[in-house]
Amino acid sequence: MAEYLLILFGAVFVNNIVLVKILGLCPFMGVSKKLEAAIGMGAATTFVLTLASGASYLINQYLLGPELAYLTTLSFIVVIAGIVQFTEMVVAKTSPVLYQVLGIYLPLITTNCAVLGIPLLNVQAKHNFLESIFFGMGGALGFTLVMVLFAGLRERMEGADVPAIFKGSAIAMVTAGLMSLSFMGFSGLVK
Amino acid sequence: MRTLYQFHGGVHPPTNKAQSARAPIVPAPLPSKLVIPFHQHVGNMAKPLVKAGDRVLKGQLIGMPEDGVSSAVHASTSGTIASIGMEVVAHASGLPDLCATLIPDGKDEWAMHEGMDYRSAADADVRFALRLAGVVGLGGAVYPSDMKLRTGRHKIKSLVLNGAECEPYITCDDRLMRERAAEIIRGAEILRFALDAEEVLVGIEDNKPEAIAAMRQAAAASSDKIEVVAVPTIYPGGGAKQLIRVLTGIEIAAGVRSTEKGVQCFNVATALGIYRAIQFGEPLLSRIVTVTGNVRNAQNFEVLIGTPVNELVALADPLPDTNHYIMGGPMMGIPLPSAQVSVVKATNCIIAASDKLFPPAPPPMPCIRCTRCADACPADLQPQDLYWFAKAKEFGKAQEYHLFDCIECGACSYVCPSHIPLVQYYRFAKSEIWARESEKNAADKARERHEYREYRIEREKQEKADKLAAKEKAAQLAREQAAKPAQSASVPATTDASSEDAVQQKIQAAINHAKQQAASVKPKNIEQLTPRQQAEIAEIEARRAHIRELAQSHVDHPHVDHPKEAP
Amino acid sequence: MLSALLVMAAIAIVLGAVLGFAAIKFHVEGNPLVDKIDAILPQTQCGQCGYPGCKPYATAIAAGEADINRCPPGGEEGIRKLADLLGVEFKPFGGDTLPKPKSVAFIDENLCIGCTLCIQACPVDAIAGAAKQMHTIIASECTGCELCVAPCPVNCISMVVIEEKITTWKWKYPVYALTPVK
Repeated sequence: MAEYLLILFGAVFVNNIVLVKILGLCPFMGVSKKLEAAIGMGAATTFVLTLASGASYLINQYLLGPELAYLTTLSFIVVIAGIVQFTEMVVAKTSPVLYQVLGIYLPLITTNCAVLGIPLLNVQAKHNFLESIFFGMGGALGFTLVMVLFAGLRERMEGADVPAIFKGSAIAMVTAGLMSLSFMGFSGLVK
Repeated sequence: MRTLYQFHGGVHPPTNKAQSARAPIVPAPLPSKLVIPFHQHVGNMAKPLVKAGDRVLKGQLIGMPEDGVSSAVHASTSGTIASIGMEVVAHASGLPDLCATLIPDGKDEWAMHEGMDYRSAADADVRFALRLAGVVGLGGAVYPSDMKLRTGRHKIKSLVLNGAECEPYITCDDRLMRERAAEIIRGAEILRFALDAEEVLVGIEDNKPEAIAAMRQAAAASSDKIEVVAVPTIYPGGGAKQLIRVLTGIEIAAGVRSTEKGVQCFNVATALGIYRAIQFGEPLLSRIVTVTGNVRNAQNFEVLIGTPVNELVALADPLPDTNHYIMGGPMMGIPLPSAQVSVVKATNCIIAASDKLFPPAPPPMPCIRCTRCADACPADLQPQDLYWFAKAKEFGKAQEYHLFDCIECGACSYVCPSHIPLVQYYRFAKSEIWARESEKNAADKARERHEYREYRIEREKQEKADKLAAKEKAAQLAREQAAKPAQSASVPATTDASSEDAVQQKIQAAINHAKQQAASVKPKNIEQLTPRQQAEIAEIEARRAHIRELAQSHVDHPHVDHPKEAP
Repeated sequence: MLSALLVMAAIAIVLGAVLGFAAIKFHVEGNPLVDKIDAILPQTQCGQCGYPGCKPYATAIAAGEADINRCPPGGEEGIRKLADLLGVEFKPFGGDTLPKPKSVAFIDENLCIGCTLCIQACPVDAIAGAAKQMHTIIASECTGCELCVAPCPVNCISMVVIEEKITTWKWKYPVYALTPVK
């Protein structure tokens, strides 16, 4: 059990998908203007990523095998696209507001590099099924955590006296850089 | 000894009350004119009942309260109404509002008035009497007192009389309590009876020992249980919410009425006004105004509502370097747009200001988040956050941080080391939120009306179609019936022709009738037209005549070309 | 080679089945977005956006056919709210659509001939009157859309700018003069 928790915490803090691995930057910059949207995006991504990690493990292990390894990326994208479509329908039905808030970023989860990146990292690290799921969930939780923190900062920054030239994305980038530096402080956490 | 509570924060600005508190209240002489605004209270403007040229008596109703929250306006003395029109009033905007200008005749002749026995009268009658007497809160909020007596089904435990008078410079309530304590206590008895309150608490700040002594003496003579409580001197201890908190420990949030918590609060001067209105039927015609600041003889005057500020201030002999006037105290007061505006029911104090007395504020510096404002805030808010949101125009966030609990006391601005005009930001945010709210309501109403209109048009269309279909059906039926006996009878044809003739005759008669009527109708609203308008009308008439002519010629000679089409 | 094709085909069939099922199970009727956009629009029904009323414009925005900067009565504030709702960038007004000061229509009653054309044009029923009777504007209901101005055959309708009154006056955003350092 301990090793699963290690994988989980490692993925959330030490190898944070956004701030350390620098994956999934487009929703990170795009959907972090409002706290509610960031939470929604985080939740949707967590759902998709956890499912995608499990599904991609099964496909890689039982359908592809070593001889069809060249199909990994292709089949993963197909699976992710399918799961995202499914998620989109569920969200549209259950929470029209969240659907509206997420807007274009919901279908964009399909091409979110974090969502493709984590199954590929799973393959690389030769994780078993449970490890894959924990790693996927950890990565997604790390993504959500960073999104929420960043959205909170950005909401607060709306009122700040930012020099005109730094307004908008520029100051957001600077902030993201500072957050990335601070997350490097976790690197000694899990030995 | 009653246990007192504390409210959060508060500040201790220099009180500056001694200058004006020494001398007794002096009735101000009749001014040369009185400018009486019709909107001196919270709520709807009173409807003018008089017109220019009318002679009015002292205490005569000149403005009728309209709908819901509103209050009456009276002639402060006898004289002639010179005009009803827009005049600049004592308001921060400096905008004009509807006022009656009254030229006093010097006789000060009272209109008929009589008191009522409040103990035997119905509650509604007492409230209506107060409404018609124009009694409003004289502490500065000018909320109609009759509305404050509506308690609904809430049981009132404590009636609080506010004699705290926490703002610097102002001493009108202090002098009033010293000199007319007995009448204030009579007013308190009326209020206690009307609210059916268990206890009456009079809160007076402990920097007014004479007032406390006078009120205690008067209260001792009363049959009601009236307790005069000395409260610690701290600004803004005289805010209604703060005083209620200190005396009873109850906190009242924004949007909650104090009656829901079993408390109601009146200013001492209001209690006196209520006493005069109920006992003698005298409407609210005058109030005590402190004239102080940059003047030689700072003191309190009993001033008729509508007295121009410059005539009032002249009585106190202002120093030559006075450059503007503040209505209210230095913390919450507003700079008057001009010295010609008149004293209204909200005017508790006029401060003559000079640059020496009130040096212009240094330019504001950035907020350094020292949170001294949060320490000073009597409403226990986070002023630095409210400032942050108001400045960025994030009104939703500001509301989340309870902007509307702010009483605009100015304690935060007073302590701010960066001299940020915080209250201005809060006022800006509040009025912006209100404006949006009303815009949204207007849009919702417009949407509703538009949708109803569309529905109505659709319905009319449907009805028309139905009617047409029914007619068609009837015609079809008639044709079928006519077709059957067609061969056998030729009689219907003649009747048809005759009936057609009859119809024609009827139409002709109707046309003639209409023509006669049209000729007999005289145009309305043309008595007071300018020559230009008359010329325009003549032109239109000529055009119409021309069109009629053309139409006629078309009917008579259908082949005549239209003049416009002619080459 | 064949196995690769089979694998991909199998994945496609499974996903297709799941999505097809979801499309039926989670079908959403109507577009809730239109109502949200409509709630932001000022409901003047003026047609300055090029659509016959606020609801059609809202529908067009929701369908992505119209820009968000076509509504002058909503002001820049309105565009900002729409941008916020739709998650797009703020866009200033184009050349021909500029917000005007808020106004209400006024009928010169001396000139009105009672033709009812303006009554038919008014989208919010804010004109009272009947055939051959003088008409008048119910000012509190008038949205200032100007739709009644054009149909009037005698040009008796004019737009009157609403002046700031004490009851509608707003506290201004604090500004302070900068003094140059000597």
